[in-house]
Amino acid sequence: MARYLRRTIAQIAFVIIGIAIINFFLLRLAPGDAAQVMAGEAGSATPEYMAALRKQFGLDQPLYVQFFSYLKNVLTLNLGYSFRQGMPVSDLILQRLPATLLLMGTSIAFAVSIGGMLGLLAARQAGKLADTLISALALLFYATPVFWIGVMLVVVFSVLLDWLPVGGMASVEAGLTGLAYAADVGRHLILPATTLGLFYLAIYTRLMRASMLEVYGQDFVRTARAKGVRPRRIAVRHVLRNALLPIVTTLGVQLGSILGGAILVETVFAWPGLGRLAFEALFQRDLNLLLGILFCSSVVVVLVNLAVDLAYTALDPRIELS
Amino acid sequence: MSDPVLAVERLNISFHTRRGVLRAVRDLSFHVERGETLAIVGESGCGKSITALSLLGLVPEPGRVEGDAVRLEGRNLLALPEAKLRRLRGARIAMIFQEPMTALNPVLTVGEQIMEAILEHEKVSRAAARDRALALLERVRIPDAKRRFSDYPHRLSGGMRQRVVIAMALALSPAVLVADEPTTALDVTIQAQILELIDELKRENGTAVVLITHDLGVVAEHSDRVLVMYAGRKVEARATADLFARPLHPYTRGLIAARPQPGGGRARLAEIPGTVPSLFAMPAGCAFAPRCAVAEPACGVAVPPLMPAEDGAVACIRAGEIHVPEPAREALRA
Repeated sequence: MARYLRRTIAQIAFVIIGIAIINFFLLRLAPGDAAQVMAGEAGSATPEYMAALRKQFGLDQPLYVQFFSYLKNVLTLNLGYSFRQGMPVSDLILQRLPATLLLMGTSIAFAVSIGGMLGLLAARQAGKLADTLISALALLFYATPVFWIGVMLVVVFSVLLDWLPVGGMASVEAGLTGLAYAADVGRHLILPATTLGLFYLAIYTRLMRASMLEVYGQDFVRTARAKGVRPRRIAVRHVLRNALLPIVTTLGVQLGSILGGAILVETVFAWPGLGRLAFEALFQRDLNLLLGILFCSSVVVVLVNLAVDLAYTALDPRIELS
Repeated sequence: MSDPVLAVERLNISFHTRRGVLRAVRDLSFHVERGETLAIVGESGCGKSITALSLLGLVPEPGRVEGDAVRLEGRNLLALPEAKLRRLRGARIAMIFQEPMTALNPVLTVGEQIMEAILEHEKVSRAAARDRALALLERVRIPDAKRRFSDYPHRLSGGMRQRVVIAMALALSPAVLVADEPTTALDVTIQAQILELIDELKRENGTAVVLITHDLGVVAEHSDRVLVMYAGRKVEARATADLFARPLHPYTRGLIAARPQPGGGRARLAEIPGTVPSLFAMPAGCAFAPRCAVAEPACGVAVPPLMPAEDGAVACIRAGEIHVPEPAREALRA
């Protein structure tokens, strides 16, 4: 185990640096730079002004010099400075990260728990009415575009019923603190988390149902029945535990794509998260910021993969890490 | 004669599929006494495994079990609701399966799986269940049982896993043990050990055993009576010694003649020509007639009824006329 962790951590470092290098060159392939965008906005794009900006940002250096200074920064965990936002990149990311983690955490927890339960129910009732209803609903949510669900939820619950806020993360004017603030954020969280969660919920429902049904067909389930084990106990103790592996795999993939999944919903609901920050950075050619965000998400992906491997060993004694 | 522990009366099992109704078992009746081993033999697809499952009410969808009765210690299982049937499964009638490699849950320790059988049926503490499970592991002679108790199934060999399955099945001293080809998946040396273990436990507890197999060698050594099935029907039922001495049904004779003999050298084994008819396309009359060497026109007209014969029964209209071929007698002596 200790040997496995040592080797894996070495691999992780290698992978993260590799990703950082690829990111760097990939982003230089896009035309335009921050100086162009800023000069364009200022409306006075004299060559002298642009040259001054480029010099200030270090964009006038040859590519390899930029690359090595970037690499040096990455190795010292210095993510650089966003000239566009006038702040260190790490500060910007830390400012936005909690909002994204809250949104993703809530929606995935919602999707896995409710989706898993619905899938379990559907599998136990396979072929009956409950199964048909659940499966049809799951297919519907799976096929409906996320942004459309988001907009419709806003129309119904915010505009027509006026139960929930349209967007944002907290009421600006109120100046709430403590529990009241948490409750306010909670109210703002419901719609975006549901929007994102419904899509994932559909995935977990379908996955859990299929996975459970597969396990139900296995010999050891028949053995448990022959022992006289109660159907509910068979479902939870024998089938569910064996059906969890594919769920964990998918969970790993989705946690890894935290950023991508959030961009759309964060935009629709004006949620101040990392996804929107990345989106803005891309359009403003704020490469330092973008590289920083990509670096962080690659770290998240790699760590989640490690967590998935460890979860496997906890779930299935046949899997050993070596 | 006391009441049999298990009595099956006119059991019918059918599957309603898109291709039509498949009748896997027809009008099957048999009984087993306390402490007795009844072997059910036949080729693959003759309905013996599905019969085994039906005894525990475990026939999978879309199978349908009908019939007069499956009586376990006097209670008709066919008339019991599922909840009551469940309480008998594992407690009064238990089963061991063909594939020990897949019969155990890979994510639970073998000890937990045996404990589960006990805890599901009796109100005992976990500690008491643990002690009993450990004693069971020792009783089925698993070496180093204490350590094995908390091992997961994948760390055990096939023979060891089958011992665990047997320990699980015997945890509540059932009246009937159904063993569906318990040794087919195991090495020959392990086979003998497992069968001897079953015999020994049967003698100790007076458990009745229904032994499903296609191995006549196993039948000869480990059963008291034999039921021969062909294409879903009982064709012959006799005491084991009688069956091997004087097989009456041509199919039984063919099976016995097809056994490899010690000292038989490399000579080609006798075989029964043809294949088992599809259950979707049963011939009229005797299902074995198309493959039978002694069939006559009358065999294709009506299904031959079971007739009493030599303290048993046989379903062949020519059973009385045919003399027993010499190879079968030699087979018995060998």
